[in-house]
Amino acid sequence: MIDVYLNQRFVGSVENLEQFIESVKDKRKSSKLPYDISIYYDKELNEIYLDSTRGRTVRMLIRAKEGKSLLTKEHVDKLINNEITWESLIKDGILEYVDAAEEENALVALNEEELTPDHTHVEISSIVILGILLSLIPYSNYGSSSRLIRGNKIQKQSLGLYSSNFHVRMDTDVSILHYPQRPMVKSFMHDVINYEKHPAGQNVVIAVMSYKGYNMEDSIVVNKGSIQRGFARSTFFRPYLAEERRYSGGLVDEISIPDKEVKGYKSEKDYRLLEDDGIIYTGAKVNEEDVIIGKTSPPRFLGELEEFSVAASTRRETSTTIKGGETGIVDTTIITENEEGNKIIQVKLRDNRIAEIGDKFASRHGQKGVIGMIVPHEDMPFTESGITPDIIFSPHGIPSRMTISHLLEMLAGKVGALKGTQIDSTTFDVYPEEKLREELKSFGFRDNGTEVMYNGITGERYEVTIYIGDIYYLKLEHMVANKLHARAYGRVQLLTRQPVEGRGKGGGLRLGEMEKDCFVAHGASLLLKERFDSDKTILPISEKSGLVAIHDVRKGKYICPIYGENVEVNEIEMSYAFKLLLDELKALCLYPKLKLKSKY
Amino acid sequence: MSSVYDEFNDLPELLIEEVKELSKGLDSNERKKVLKRVREEFEKAKISPGEAIGVITAESFGEPGTQMILRVFHFAGVAEMSLNLGLARLIELFDARKKPSTPLTTIYLKHGYKTDLSKVKIIAALIKETRLKDIADEFSFNLTQFRIEVLLNKKEMRDLKITESQILTTLKDNFKDMDVKGDNGILKIKPKEKDSLSTLYKLKEKLKYVNIKGIKNVGQVTPVKRDNEYVIYCTTDDLKSVFEVEGVDITKTTANSPFVVAELLGIEAARQVLINEAVEVIKNQGLDIDIRHIMFLADVMTNKGIIKGITRTGITSEKESVLARASFETPIKHMVNASLVCEEDKLKSVIENVMLNQPIPLGTGLPGLVAKMKEDSVKRKK
Repeated sequence: MIDVYLNQRFVGSVENLEQFIESVKDKRKSSKLPYDISIYYDKELNEIYLDSTRGRTVRMLIRAKEGKSLLTKEHVDKLINNEITWESLIKDGILEYVDAAEEENALVALNEEELTPDHTHVEISSIVILGILLSLIPYSNYGSSSRLIRGNKIQKQSLGLYSSNFHVRMDTDVSILHYPQRPMVKSFMHDVINYEKHPAGQNVVIAVMSYKGYNMEDSIVVNKGSIQRGFARSTFFRPYLAEERRYSGGLVDEISIPDKEVKGYKSEKDYRLLEDDGIIYTGAKVNEEDVIIGKTSPPRFLGELEEFSVAASTRRETSTTIKGGETGIVDTTIITENEEGNKIIQVKLRDNRIAEIGDKFASRHGQKGVIGMIVPHEDMPFTESGITPDIIFSPHGIPSRMTISHLLEMLAGKVGALKGTQIDSTTFDVYPEEKLREELKSFGFRDNGTEVMYNGITGERYEVTIYIGDIYYLKLEHMVANKLHARAYGRVQLLTRQPVEGRGKGGGLRLGEMEKDCFVAHGASLLLKERFDSDKTILPISEKSGLVAIHDVRKGKYICPIYGENVEVNEIEMSYAFKLLLDELKALCLYPKLKLKSKY
Repeated sequence: MSSVYDEFNDLPELLIEEVKELSKGLDSNERKKVLKRVREEFEKAKISPGEAIGVITAESFGEPGTQMILRVFHFAGVAEMSLNLGLARLIELFDARKKPSTPLTTIYLKHGYKTDLSKVKIIAALIKETRLKDIADEFSFNLTQFRIEVLLNKKEMRDLKITESQILTTLKDNFKDMDVKGDNGILKIKPKEKDSLSTLYKLKEKLKYVNIKGIKNVGQVTPVKRDNEYVIYCTTDDLKSVFEVEGVDITKTTANSPFVVAELLGIEAARQVLINEAVEVIKNQGLDIDIRHIMFLADVMTNKGIIKGITRTGITSEKESVLARASFETPIKHMVNASLVCEEDKLKSVIENVMLNQPIPLGTGLPGLVAKMKEDSVKRKK
């Protein structure tokens, strides 16, 4: 007897294992059971598990019997001629959806050549070992694996046309590339996933050379002309949200232009962009700290209401304002309800982002870098035929990383551009390098992809020939505009009186322990003190008890916690954090007595 | 001649010796010039007062430490002799762990032994541990007699030059409450008091590991030719027993455990072991740390006459300041203990002053201003 469980629940037991599995599979084929139900027999426990729950990943496999794939050429031909459908193949038991559990009972061959009588399934294509993003990398069988993994990760960060209905979507912090292009060098997977309908990069001319040291350590030099012609231009969208919340006691938030009586009223100037309904108008240009949704909330504590005052004056101002350092144009406004029935308002801000120094770019081979300089078109080096590169890439990025695929894509891109066709670079099935070289030669170029180039400033010829070609470049979502941060003074933490942390709150940049050690090592004693002055306080210390005295400003007196009034008090400068330490020691019932002594 | 050097007796002897060696053929005037330059350079090389050597040492170790590969076992040019030579070894050294994870003794030999391979092999055999199980073919129970019988391997015994009577005496020494008898290649061991079977079984296990010959717990003994002499590497930290072996050059033989060396040869030798071992690790990792940093660390660890690790229980516990100790580890423990004895913190070191946000007494914060007051102004104050 074998116990059978359906979705982790015991449903019964069966006598004949093979017969039962066979019948489930048969019913699955003929749609009497859902097509994605899985059946898995655990040998050790002698139990059968059936699963039809949601959230399992199922994948398509071709069934195999006696060392032969059930999918024949006949089937494929018929599929192409629309004589049979995909569904009919499933019905005939040729294709099967298998989930992670059922895979335990299956033996899957990577391709038909590897099939033995033991195998139960064959992969549809051996390219599946790479996954979608990895198989998008051109010439990846020429690249080093660690770089391919990085390239895989980088492609997820690239800006493109991620969805064609982005206008009505309220995604958080997304960008749209203005002029996305189809890649010149593409793989079979690009066609499979319809990459050309949602591309995420641009084809650029790239030269491998140094440019005055502005492209060292993985930075890149970009042609200003290219940027002006639209290279790497994108729009950044950020939605802002306000919710009209309901509180106990029938109190509600109110979205409107706040009354002047409201607690925390900003200023008329801050509310200038709001329309009568308290929401900003579309097309308004906003800067940091501008109010986009005016909102007031009821008082935090109900007790406040009981006093004799105008109701409005006890309400708090809780408007949504633009985050610090951000600017943009109001793109869309949506007024709707959320699950709880509260009115919510979403305002989407749009900001045009033109490539600037510090923006991050990458090719598809894990070769990432930031813009180090933007050079006027006329100062860029040029080839004999007058081509100026869009990007200058440092040669030092190549040898240690061994991204041969990057170099091959440049070569293939160049040939593709000259030929006017896309080059196929499917992994293990690439358009061969010898052919690329041959064709390049037939177009009148050197077969190794190098060209004679001239200095754009002096017009002198460079002594060496320079490797130049076309490559698909990706603008990544990390842009300086979202990261730039500096502070002189600002908010501090309540507990320690040290500056707050984080860019969003306008926080300070921490001079940490190791940095402190550097100051010590240099013997820069007073500079170190000055750096740590952020939480300095002046405290009255009672001479007799050595404790912090209380300053009664009204009476103009100092009170020692032990000896009371009429004690000698000295004002001492120290860090507030140390005062906290003294307090904590007191909480441990330890008596931290300060003995004062003149330093001089 | 010597008068020229007398003037420069503030320079270290080694430097003077070097100048003597190099300045042959110079007249005394020129030599004086040379010595003046040497003194100038020597003064320049001195560390100025208020230099934060501790932090500089820490940084000089810490930064390359980030590049070190963890857990490297290196085969010190000898077959199958693995040594822990990674960051783990460095931590082991500076934490002053009592037992090194890979003990190693480097044995140098006296004249008359060190070039003769056959003699070297004899010494190696003397050092290598032979246990009863190494020369026994079989251990069996004789339950009727309630005893253990050990069948000896005569060939092995001949190779190792061990006689049956030798084994009998060592066994008799080790197991006083047993009846040990030898019977032409079979040892018969019987407990005097009849006990349960499990004790007999335990006895059998014990018997297997009885040391018959050589130094206890010596795993591998490998003679290696280094330059023109033979050196024996063996994986033990029992330096004392090694010293007792005839033919061993006591003046050169060392172990890699500073504790063993400190016990036998004194704290100065232990300091040198610390330095040598640390240098070895750093060299092996392909890093370059100035030896003076390592020497400084070794000094700090050994200057109290015993080896103290750079840990909470080691040198950190010796810091004068309560705040400095509390800032390292277990702050509450230190604070409470300090308050029990009414300890006073003079705020003389770096960390305390950083905590209080006062200028640290280092570098530019160290010197005070000394001004001569006019006598009458001093008087007036009084």
